[in-house]
Amino acid sequence: MTLAQSEVPRILIADDEAPARARLRDLLDECRERFALTIVDEARNGREALEVLNREKVDVVLLDIRMPEIDGLEAARHIAGMANPPAIIFTTAFDTYAIKAFEVNAIDYLLKPIRVERLLAALAKARGAGPVSREALDAASNQPRRHLSVHERGKIHLVPVADILYLRAELKYVTVRTVEREFLVEESLTRLEEEFGEAFVRVHRNCLVARTAVAGFERNAEESESGWAVVIKGTGEKLPLSRRQHHVVKQFR
Amino acid sequence: MGNVASINQTAAGIRLPNFCNLGVMLRSLVAVNLLLAAGALVRAPDFRAAAFEFVALAAFGEPILFASLLALCAGRRWLNALGYARSVAVLALFEVALSGLAWRSFGRLFGDRPEMTFAQVAVMVLVVTGITLAYFDLRARALAPAIADARIQALQARIRPHFLYNSINAVISLIRTEPRRAERALEDMADLFRVLMSDNRTLAPIAEEVELARQYLAIESLRLGERLRVSWRIDAMPADALVPPLMLQPLVENAVYHGIEPSPGGGEVAIEIRRDGPQLVLTLVNPVPGEGRSPAGNRMAIANIRERLQLHFDAEATMRSEATDGSYRVTIRMPYLTTPA
Repeated sequence: MTLAQSEVPRILIADDEAPARARLRDLLDECRERFALTIVDEARNGREALEVLNREKVDVVLLDIRMPEIDGLEAARHIAGMANPPAIIFTTAFDTYAIKAFEVNAIDYLLKPIRVERLLAALAKARGAGPVSREALDAASNQPRRHLSVHERGKIHLVPVADILYLRAELKYVTVRTVEREFLVEESLTRLEEEFGEAFVRVHRNCLVARTAVAGFERNAEESESGWAVVIKGTGEKLPLSRRQHHVVKQFR
Repeated sequence: MGNVASINQTAAGIRLPNFCNLGVMLRSLVAVNLLLAAGALVRAPDFRAAAFEFVALAAFGEPILFASLLALCAGRRWLNALGYARSVAVLALFEVALSGLAWRSFGRLFGDRPEMTFAQVAVMVLVVTGITLAYFDLRARALAPAIADARIQALQARIRPHFLYNSINAVISLIRTEPRRAERALEDMADLFRVLMSDNRTLAPIAEEVELARQYLAIESLRLGERLRVSWRIDAMPADALVPPLMLQPLVENAVYHGIEPSPGGGEVAIEIRRDGPQLVLTLVNPVPGEGRSPAGNRMAIANIRERLQLHFDAEATMRSEATDGSYRVTIRMPYLTTPA
């Protein structure tokens, strides 16, 4: 969402270090001399930042990269899936890899200690430019996400990757199955396989199963061309194993 | 920086290795016995005879070797004071005398072997001694740049830019509201950097290392607040023990970076230093939060310290790191020294 020039930007500060948050507050107070702004809230990690976004209307997130639990980059990738995502300005003290990736993908960032002039410029730019694209953020990340995000009624719901039993491609979406329920995410199965390839195994053209969720294999001539099915731990579901992927049976012996 | 000068100094300052060091003793044993084996092969008509020949040579050579090692260990301060060339000359004379003694007392024990003349024995002992010393000289030269490098490496590995910029940021945030704490933090940083920038080749008292780690932790707790908890168990620490400088602080920094920062609730870094007979034992434990991401940095710091321990103590220091159910533990054992080797 681009901010209309007349609107008062609503800003969220996300940083795990109290002094860093205090510093940003001081700097934003100085910015108030130039234009009005509102500090919506402060978050101590990516998860808290996403919770605030579920609750409040936010225009700009000042997002620290290195945070516990859900880091800035992962939080940004979840935020990018929102219908009206806020602008993101990354902040970092030092992160060679991320900075290089940001430069390549034209993502805005501020280096700590942050100067007020830089912050002003970044805020002005954020008001004019559109949100950072999901593709750019994916390209800038070198770590797989720890969660997939489901966007339901404007809210971000996080599904821990560790809880996923399998991922199955439907027409436009991917179904994410956990023991409790199913979710639909707007992702491509190929990209998910690239990102989480080590933890999942492809059993079929349209299906990735978590290695830890494989209970065993069963002969099942009716539903599957190879005559084999994968039995899922916890739910007992049987998913067809394609002839082409029949060799995965050996990996689990 | 005086790096170039220090490399030259080190190359010019080649001296006899410290023969009291277990690693040096083992290297000498292996080198001398290999030479004896080679000699046996030359003297004997076939391999089977060579084995017997080796036993005969070893029975003659081993007492000389042990006596030399003992003398070199006992007299190393005096020898070092002489300078390298003179100490080698003294050693040569000593070896000739020793081989004379050996030749007279049991040179004739092996009646069926062709008897060796005193000159033969003396030349053999001198050649073996020379080759062994040449090996140590080469090794010292090969390691000399490594020692200089280790200093630079130590410097670079110590100042994790992440720490530097985050600390500066934290201090800036304090200046308006708590100027006293900001002053204190800058003083701690100055002390920390003074040590980081100084010549770190010689061993330093462990008490200084502990002080440095405390200052470092004071800066970190500024940023991390209650997330960082530290437990010191150093009541039984011999404060005068000498250790390679900048050994503790990087380990603590590692623990904070990988064990505390990635966890929302933080955790405890436990440091224990005690004496165990002739050894100084240092143990550091930190939690491993969640799926520990990127242990690469971890390995680098550990490898750096391991390398410097080896440069200072050779085989007499060990460093073990193990990850067990949710915690990461580093244990370093090194000789308990109170005067430089």
